Amino acid sequence: MDPIPPILRVEGLTKRFGGLVAVDNVSFEVPTGEVFALIGPNGAGKTTLFNCITGIYKPTLGQVTFRDRDLTGSPPHRTAKAGIARTFQNIRLFEYMSALDNVKLGHHCRMRSKLWDSLLKTPFERKEEVQVEEHSMELLKLVGLDRLADRYARNLAYGQQRRLEIARALATDPRLLLLDEPAAGFTPQEKVELMDLVQTILKRGITVFLIEHDMKVVMQASQRIVVLDHGEKIAEGPPLEVRNNQRVIEAYLGKSA
Amino acid sequence: MTRARDFVRSNLRNPNAIAYFLMAVGALLFPAIVQFATGGSGDYLVGLAADGGIYMLMAIGLNVVVGFAGLLDLGYAAFFAIGSYTYALVASNHLGVTPLGHSLHVPFWIALFIGMLVAASAGALLGAPTLRLRGDYLAIVTLGFGEIVPRVFRNAGIWTGGVPGISALDVPTLPGWFQGPWVGQDFAWVPDFRFTSANLTAYYVLMIVLITFVVILVNNLYNSRLGRAWMAVREDETAAAANGVNTVSIKLLAFSIGAATSGFAGAFYGAKLSYVSSENFGFIVSVTVLAMVVLGGMGNIPGAMLGAIVLYFILFWLLPNAPAQMQQLASSLGLDWLNQSNPNGWPGIAEVVSRSKYVIFGLILVGIMLLRPQGLLPSQIRKQELKHAEHEALAAPRQLQA
Repeated sequence: MDPIPPILRVEGLTKRFGGLVAVDNVSFEVPTGEVFALIGPNGAGKTTLFNCITGIYKPTLGQVTFRDRDLTGSPPHRTAKAGIARTFQNIRLFEYMSALDNVKLGHHCRMRSKLWDSLLKTPFERKEEVQVEEHSMELLKLVGLDRLADRYARNLAYGQQRRLEIARALATDPRLLLLDEPAAGFTPQEKVELMDLVQTILKRGITVFLIEHDMKVVMQASQRIVVLDHGEKIAEGPPLEVRNNQRVIEAYLGKSA
Repeated sequence: MTRARDFVRSNLRNPNAIAYFLMAVGALLFPAIVQFATGGSGDYLVGLAADGGIYMLMAIGLNVVVGFAGLLDLGYAAFFAIGSYTYALVASNHLGVTPLGHSLHVPFWIALFIGMLVAASAGALLGAPTLRLRGDYLAIVTLGFGEIVPRVFRNAGIWTGGVPGISALDVPTLPGWFQGPWVGQDFAWVPDFRFTSANLTAYYVLMIVLITFVVILVNNLYNSRLGRAWMAVREDETAAAANGVNTVSIKLLAFSIGAATSGFAGAFYGAKLSYVSSENFGFIVSVTVLAMVVLGGMGNIPGAMLGAIVLYFILFWLLPNAPAQMQQLASSLGLDWLNQSNPNGWPGIAEVVSRSKYVIFGLILVGIMLLRPQGLLPSQIRKQELKHAEHEALAAPRQLQA
């Protein structure tokens, strides 16, 4: 049997902001169907890397290939349509829309109603809206928010907002889900629930690529880890190997004299 | 029967449903009430209300741009002008005197949609390069566009009739029309009906039909994936884009739909006046319509409609009549000397009121906005936003972290 090709390939990715090199010549491959983690100290360029992959930033140099398609510099709505969904480190929900509407919005790029369908409320449009509503409720149930569907996103508790963001991302029907510090500020109990959720997502055939600070979470959940420091890749490998890597320890704890 | 009762009960607490209902009833009864109150000579007032409908159409359209998609458009009257002039060109003798040498007389119902399409295309053309700009920059660009368009029409020589504009436009026609006691005539079926200034009630009815038509369409849009995407873009453009919304094209769509509504209103305006001139599309029109939307309740269709009614009433009935009313009030209070001008510079109360018309207008606007900052009939979202505005101001600005 042929090995499954990697879902995402990042080659020589560099992002400069003026004189600052936020991401410096980083290359790695995200294997299909696994949990892949990106770690590194604060300011290492993790979120910038995410932004380059999803098209929010245009990389200065390098290439992003997703399922054998070159997505380098594609605008975010195109990467979403191609099958990359993401959440944000500092939750970015549509605060004054209901939880349900947030998830419905995620379906936008998969809906096929045209302008005329919307203007005239054609049977096709009605049917699609009903389907989207049902599917949105399913996703809300998946993240445990089905009872809060008509709450404004801003009135949800912090942990609920994080989960709603995941539901909204799942609504875009992705093949790859990028989670930016999904467990930040979570209690140990919430972290366990989140790991369960990640497993459920994985079972749906979606590859998960996450940034996380909590080593316990990373070590448990992921099969493979890339470590970034000052924009450079300093290590890559399975969790145990990375944990014992001298450069990684130095990056996190500082070099002893 | 129970169904009807349930329907009524479920809508009794919905301010939008009540507003729609009251506006519909008011619109239907208005001509009868006016004719009754004035003893059958209220045609002028009905015509005034039909003109108000033009502003209402524009407010509904601008609400899509400003209220739904959050794009500040300060040159909205430009599209109104484009709709009017398009109608004037395709439905009058004017093209015959241009170098083209052949006049078009496209029927009203088709010309109306031509005006709309041309305005929508102009909206798309202006929007395509400018909608990448955010907030304030877009406002400035649209402001410029709003200034340029009337000037182009004024200076395009024979093509647009220059300063005098274009007159003798075709009036709307219908295959037939009912007349009855509501216009002081017997019941009759009038074949090949032509809308003229002698029958302003017909214009009024036509206006109501057009507004109903536009409200249904815009409401459908609001409740579709497009309405949702507009809201999302207004709240957080980056998050919307990351979730698959093509933000440039969705903003462009809002802009074009707003322009189309404005062009539609403009074409009707040209047909009703039977005359267009570049003088009628100044900045003041754009600002008035924007004030209607803001004052009525941004992002809420019945809110924008209510704002249009209130402001139109103030601007075109209350203020023009205020000087005469003040004069009457003064004389009935026995203060006739107030009505006389005197050599020390007092020009008489009527003149004073007439001169300070816009001061009064400004004070009314400020007063309403102080009392109801969220607008007369706000959308639920705006209400919430305003409630939390203080928290937002205290929170750190959102930005992507490196």
